Amino acid sequence: MRPWVAPILLLCLWGLAGCDDGPWNDPYPASEAGRAIYYSAFTERPKHLDPARSYSANEYQFIAQIYEPPLQYHFLLRPYRLVPRTLERVPAPRYLNAAGEPLPPDAPEAEVAFTDYLLQLRPGIHYQPHPAFARDAQGGYLYYPLAPGIRDGLHSPADLPVTGTRELTAADYAYEIKRLAVPWLHSPIAGLMGEHIQGFADFSERVRGLRPRPGEWLDLREIPMRGVRVEGRYRLRIRIRGKYRQFLYWLAMPFFAPMPWEADRFYAQPGLKERNISLDWFPVGTGPYRLTENNPNLRMVLERNPHFHRETYPAEGMPGDRAAGLLADAGRPLPFVDKAVYSLEKENIPYWNKFLQGYYDASGIGSDSFDQAIRFGAGGEARLTPALKAKGIRLTTAVTTSIYYFGFNMKDPVVGGYGRRARLLRRAVAIALDYEEYISIFANGRGRVAQGPIPPGIFGYREGEAGIDPYVYTWAGGRAQRRSIAEARALLARAGYPGGRDPATGRPLVLYYDTPASGPDGKARLAWMRKQFARLGIQLVVRASDYNRFQEKMRKGTAQTFSWGWNADYPDPENFLFLLYGPNGKVDHGGENAANYARPEFDRLFERMRNLDDGPERQALIDRMLEIARRDAPWAWGYYPVAYSLSHAWLGNAKPNLMANDTLKYRRIDPRLRAASRRAWNPPLLWPLGLALAALVAALLPALRLYRRRERETAR
Amino acid sequence: MSAYLLRRVLYAIPILIGVNLLTFVLFFVVNSPDDMARMHLGVKRVTPAAIEEWKRERGYDRPLLYNERGEGLARFTDTIFFQKSLALFRFDFGTSDSGRDIGYDISQRMWPSLAIAVPTLLVGLALNVTLALTLVFFRATYVDFWGLVGLVALMSISGLFYIIGGQYLVGKLLHLVPISGYDTGLAAAKFLILPVVVGVVSGIGSGGRWYRTLFLEEVGKDYVRTARAKGLGEARVMFGHVFRNALIPILTGVVVILPLLFMGSLIVESFFGIPGLGSYTIDAIQRQDFAIVRAMVFLGSVLYILGLILTDISYTLVDPRVRLE
Repeated sequence: MRPWVAPILLLCLWGLAGCDDGPWNDPYPASEAGRAIYYSAFTERPKHLDPARSYSANEYQFIAQIYEPPLQYHFLLRPYRLVPRTLERVPAPRYLNAAGEPLPPDAPEAEVAFTDYLLQLRPGIHYQPHPAFARDAQGGYLYYPLAPGIRDGLHSPADLPVTGTRELTAADYAYEIKRLAVPWLHSPIAGLMGEHIQGFADFSERVRGLRPRPGEWLDLREIPMRGVRVEGRYRLRIRIRGKYRQFLYWLAMPFFAPMPWEADRFYAQPGLKERNISLDWFPVGTGPYRLTENNPNLRMVLERNPHFHRETYPAEGMPGDRAAGLLADAGRPLPFVDKAVYSLEKENIPYWNKFLQGYYDASGIGSDSFDQAIRFGAGGEARLTPALKAKGIRLTTAVTTSIYYFGFNMKDPVVGGYGRRARLLRRAVAIALDYEEYISIFANGRGRVAQGPIPPGIFGYREGEAGIDPYVYTWAGGRAQRRSIAEARALLARAGYPGGRDPATGRPLVLYYDTPASGPDGKARLAWMRKQFARLGIQLVVRASDYNRFQEKMRKGTAQTFSWGWNADYPDPENFLFLLYGPNGKVDHGGENAANYARPEFDRLFERMRNLDDGPERQALIDRMLEIARRDAPWAWGYYPVAYSLSHAWLGNAKPNLMANDTLKYRRIDPRLRAASRRAWNPPLLWPLGLALAALVAALLPALRLYRRRERETAR
Repeated sequence: MSAYLLRRVLYAIPILIGVNLLTFVLFFVVNSPDDMARMHLGVKRVTPAAIEEWKRERGYDRPLLYNERGEGLARFTDTIFFQKSLALFRFDFGTSDSGRDIGYDISQRMWPSLAIAVPTLLVGLALNVTLALTLVFFRATYVDFWGLVGLVALMSISGLFYIIGGQYLVGKLLHLVPISGYDTGLAAAKFLILPVVVGVVSGIGSGGRWYRTLFLEEVGKDYVRTARAKGLGEARVMFGHVFRNALIPILTGVVVILPLLFMGSLIVESFFGIPGLGSYTIDAIQRQDFAIVRAMVFLGSVLYILGLILTDISYTLVDPRVRLE
């Protein structure tokens, strides 16, 4: 290699790094240095950004910052509490009888035919700038209809130079509720809302035949929905059939975000959908941020909405929040961060390394990087490793509102049914499945063993001795202890399987386990599972398949045992106990009760419990339900995952809130500390390159001498 | 030559139908239209009615390959296979199952793929050829022996190791370039260095060995002895004669993959966060988006056939004795 090549290469590298004194490996433009920008990543490109359709966390991380449903969760208070977002107050239910006459708040559920929720909006809330609102001097809409010349070169609404805004009104919420009912939008909650909102299903049937052709728009304002009435510019009434207290939680989800009819009409124009310009990709909201770059293959960028209404950081928190600095911003106007950049990062390793280099502000912990991040203390408490502590990284943990469980198909002739034999068999298995060990091996200790379907932090969960499953645990030494395997074997013998042998065949009882698990990690889990059953003398046959086949088996009820999980929609026990509610059975009703558990007594209690306010009466009902479920053991309860989050020292107000998705507005960034840390952590190292180059040259020198000698020989 | 090319194009039609059929069968052996609907509608609170509606809207409510209820030709035409395949032959890729315009997405995503694949090919080719010629030049010396050992060692390492090792060494330890990511325009350059280096290094083992074998075969031929006898320097013999005469097998390997450069690399793009066609395809497979999978396999087949035709044409350019008739 010529001697000048290496310096030129290095010069090129330096040039590409931006010709500044920043780190060479900085993936962001130099123009962003020193700005209050939040950097994060997404692992999977979002499928839908339309609030009527979106129903996954990776989509909510964007649209929850853009759209504003009427309610939200308090950022700091626990248990999770609903507070107004665009409303004056959280609406109180008003009960009515079948004749539409008001009933007192304590009216028996049987008398309540309808519940009205009156949503009173705060005035002065405006939409983000958007061309759908742009008007000309005569007051007409500038971009409706779009001139073909303009339309042909359009790739994004941002290509249109003029934007406008307008005030949020109650009619916009009504419009969105109607959109939820439109069959061709496939809202995942259409079926559920059809059961509750008056006139929802009728509306859906009515518009079914009115589907507009491509390029046409159906004005939903013209079609009334009985249960949704606009009673003024800022007042909306929603009428629910019977009682459904969980409806308020739905009002905190993006499904109920307002939708301006102008936006719907704008995106319905001919030729736009073909260019991927639709509500599904370009949201229009009133929230603190707007989507300014929408490239789901690379990067999604949110920037401050200039029309965002006044909202302040909460002044009330939990004990310890003040000491943690979480109340330092109390009363200050939101949001604090100007811009949020989400980069597509499909693999864990680059994400983790870029977090350590300071290029992402927060991170979870993958299993392959867990040992780099966490050490457990003598008492089992999680601590950061010294390397991460030295970087000022902070660790926060929170038990998620989720559960992973092992289920028995109650329709199965061997493990299912409500007789003594099957019940004892299931209890024996529940004892044998040592989830403490499972959490330790497969979840790096990030989990709490479940004692029932309701996780901590949700009403109905009980701590301590009162909260244990007495069929699987005993209370000793101030903590729950799993019953011994000897007890499990005894139960199995009483069930008619002494030593795990099936008396009909004289051979070990064979049970079948259906799972979509695959890959090396999956194999280890399955081996562990077999081992647990082998301790009882039972032979477990694993039927691994892909997720599609697994779901099909669950729908048809052909699986015998399985593992599954549930992530809460809202923080209410109903959202967990309904997983065991008979009319929610998967095989018979297509519901989420995958075990197909159907106990009339449990179902009756569930129907009473679901609409009660939190209080002693509700707790008593839940206790009775849990006792029934624990006795029958349709699930081995499994565990509640614990989320570990890491954040850099420059990221403020990073308290985890597992129900709220709109937390970006609370985040605070110290850009100076971040810039200094990045420089300190990422100095370019060039000497190894020089060393490698020197070694290469040294290795080739004798060869070059040989070449010259040969050349000279040839010349002679 | 025109008749030959026309014949090759006509041969391509049954091949493309066959590839399309095979893709269709393989895809629907693993996934049913119901699975696709569930994947797109989500796993929570999906009703059977919503699944039926989704299938009906996208034409997945028809039979797969044979419609028993149809009459005459409709038994074959009123099927998912026919309805979804016909437009492909007009290069109308339609919309993905999630509603995005596939043609537009391809036009956007082919550039990042090309931005990696072209430099990787050119730099890799130049490096591999030079390395192979060097080894042949120093044949029967320690350079050749250890070079060959090195090449075999490089060949034996998994491609994934190069990626992770490259990210660790260059991005994490040396802090020279970003570990992953991409940008548009000139700003993309700093994100391309590492994937290109990884692509080139991971290809040295097999490429260097392959070219070395080609050159070794040539170097023992009479014309080489004649060139030396004329008094030409060894460098001139190697680069001027041996290299040119070994061009046909080199071209076979290179020209055939030229069109496929558009298709990108599945793993490299995924690890480096490059929004190219490779990651587009793998995403579509994971999301069970048959419209995209079908379009990408079809496009890949067309480009491969195009590559083979270009290879044939290139023979005539480098070897005057070859005629396409």
